[in-house]
Amino acid sequence: MSQSSKTTTNPTKLNREGRADRPSLLARRRQDQFAGRTFFIFSLIPILLALIILIMLVVRSWPIFQAHSLWDMLMGQEWKPEEGLFGFMPFIAGTVWVTTAGLILAVPPCLLTAIYLSEYAGNRLRAFMKPLLDLLAAIPPVVYGVWGIIAVVPLLQDWLVPFAKKYLQNVPLLNSQNPTGFSILAGAIVLAVMVAPFIISVIYEVMNNIPSGLKDASLALGTTRWQTIRWVVFPQALPGIIAAIVLGASRALGETIAVLMVVGNVAQVPHSLLDTAYPLPALIANNYGDMMSVPLYDSALLSVALILLVMILIFNIGSTLVLRRFVKDWV
Amino acid sequence: MKKCWHRRHITEAIVKSFMLLSFGLVAGSLGLILWAIISRGLPSLSWEMISQPPQGGFYMGGGGGILNAILGSLYMAGAGTLIALILGLPIALYLETYLGDSAWGQYVRLALDVLWGIPSIVYGVFGFTLMLALGMRASMLGGIIVLTLLELPIMTRAMDEVIRMMPQDLEQAALALGSTRLEVALRVVTRQMLPGIITAILLAFGRGIGDAASVLFTAGYTDRMPNSLLTPVASLPLAIFFQLSTPFPTVRERAYAAALILTVIVLAVSLGSRWISGRLSKFIVK
Repeated sequence: MSQSSKTTTNPTKLNREGRADRPSLLARRRQDQFAGRTFFIFSLIPILLALIILIMLVVRSWPIFQAHSLWDMLMGQEWKPEEGLFGFMPFIAGTVWVTTAGLILAVPPCLLTAIYLSEYAGNRLRAFMKPLLDLLAAIPPVVYGVWGIIAVVPLLQDWLVPFAKKYLQNVPLLNSQNPTGFSILAGAIVLAVMVAPFIISVIYEVMNNIPSGLKDASLALGTTRWQTIRWVVFPQALPGIIAAIVLGASRALGETIAVLMVVGNVAQVPHSLLDTAYPLPALIANNYGDMMSVPLYDSALLSVALILLVMILIFNIGSTLVLRRFVKDWV
Repeated sequence: MKKCWHRRHITEAIVKSFMLLSFGLVAGSLGLILWAIISRGLPSLSWEMISQPPQGGFYMGGGGGILNAILGSLYMAGAGTLIALILGLPIALYLETYLGDSAWGQYVRLALDVLWGIPSIVYGVFGFTLMLALGMRASMLGGIIVLTLLELPIMTRAMDEVIRMMPQDLEQAALALGSTRLEVALRVVTRQMLPGIITAILLAFGRGIGDAASVLFTAGYTDRMPNSLLTPVASLPLAIFFQLSTPFPTVRERAYAAALILTVIVLAVSLGSRWISGRLSKFIVK
């Protein structure tokens, strides 16, 4: 008897017919539809937010686009807000240098690591690598910046800079008058380590989506693994790999604090990897909020944010669309 | 039988060694970073740093700690995560149970991807402009709003990704028994995907607590303990950043210790989420 009372774990009230009182189907359907409508409104948030951010930046940077032509600002070499000179060239050049150098450093090891993980590694190694990449991705940008100051900058300052001064004065990318380690190369190294986990996981995802039948067929013909990768997997995966790199670039473009801490922040067009640079996000971070009394200054900085955002959006949306087409279940 | 070494076998060996090398490089970089932060941060880490707010002359080497920044960061990231969860969970459930792969769902996902890609400095600028328009000053509320915006796409997208991995049969079985989509969402999907949802929440929290560029303008900085939503509040990333920009060695040493504290918090959150989701996944249908 006690057994049976235990099994009825849910003592719902029973109505006259001996059935449990539950909401009617109609009520449940109404609830469902109501929830659907509410959820729909919630789902408008991301779309509206993206639009509002874009519109706000355009509206607020409009004054400067009316005062100066966009081309003049993009090509202008001088940044003297007090005199009404807003030349973005040094900052755009700084961003391009740091991002390109960072990606050149990051891509080869990332590509090889991702290929190794997807084609060679056993399950145990993969299971070990996933948390490792998660941890690397979880470390905050400011900590990467601190690491840059503790480890990368002194290394460059004590070893590479004197060496380059002595022996590499004629090498185009390494001759510089900058005596410190705060340089594009330092920013690029920090950036490379930061985007690496991201690029690796996307490339890994892409490689894993290549149909294994293709690989098996190739291997069955007696090729080595590398031949299969080089001539079968790689051509198939190439668009996805490029998209992964572009996605990594869009992350790198917007990286602010970590780069700002190690890159020196001198407004000049850099000519060598050991020069200092002043990327666009650093310009915003260092100047936005103060000096609001200078006419058009606020608008100029918001137009910098707009330029940065447009660059990133083009990269981001383009690569996302490629990856969606490419990787099954890329959501 | 002697193995015949062709050129292709040599290529294979060379390429494979390069792969192992870069694998070691990537795996080693985590070790290098942690070692650098720990070895420089640990010597200047003290109980005083964790348990006290800054005292007079802190930025010239005076006494005190960074409790204000630790608490400020925890409050802001915590509140931001909570609001992002309230907004994001319905979106993620809606995407799966109501929308599936429909065109609208794809647009929402694309918008979330776009938002995820927007750099935090742009969120900071946006938040600050929004606050100027509303007549607000740099405050904890501003910081919470910006962190919510920053975390929302990360959390929602991560939840969406785990929810999509749910076995279809489970959802269809529930629907076949006559449950509505809402009931499937709340009683089946949320329970089955709880480990993944918790991982997504903690991922967003970790991202929020570590971000400096977004709170730079919106939350401001102060040496006082956080006590009100409408006054400026200190945050850990900015504490590190500001201490590093002073010329005094002792203060810079403390910045390394603060970086160690932040790293420990973030890694604990990351490892903790792994542990919790591992524990909870015992209770889901495999």
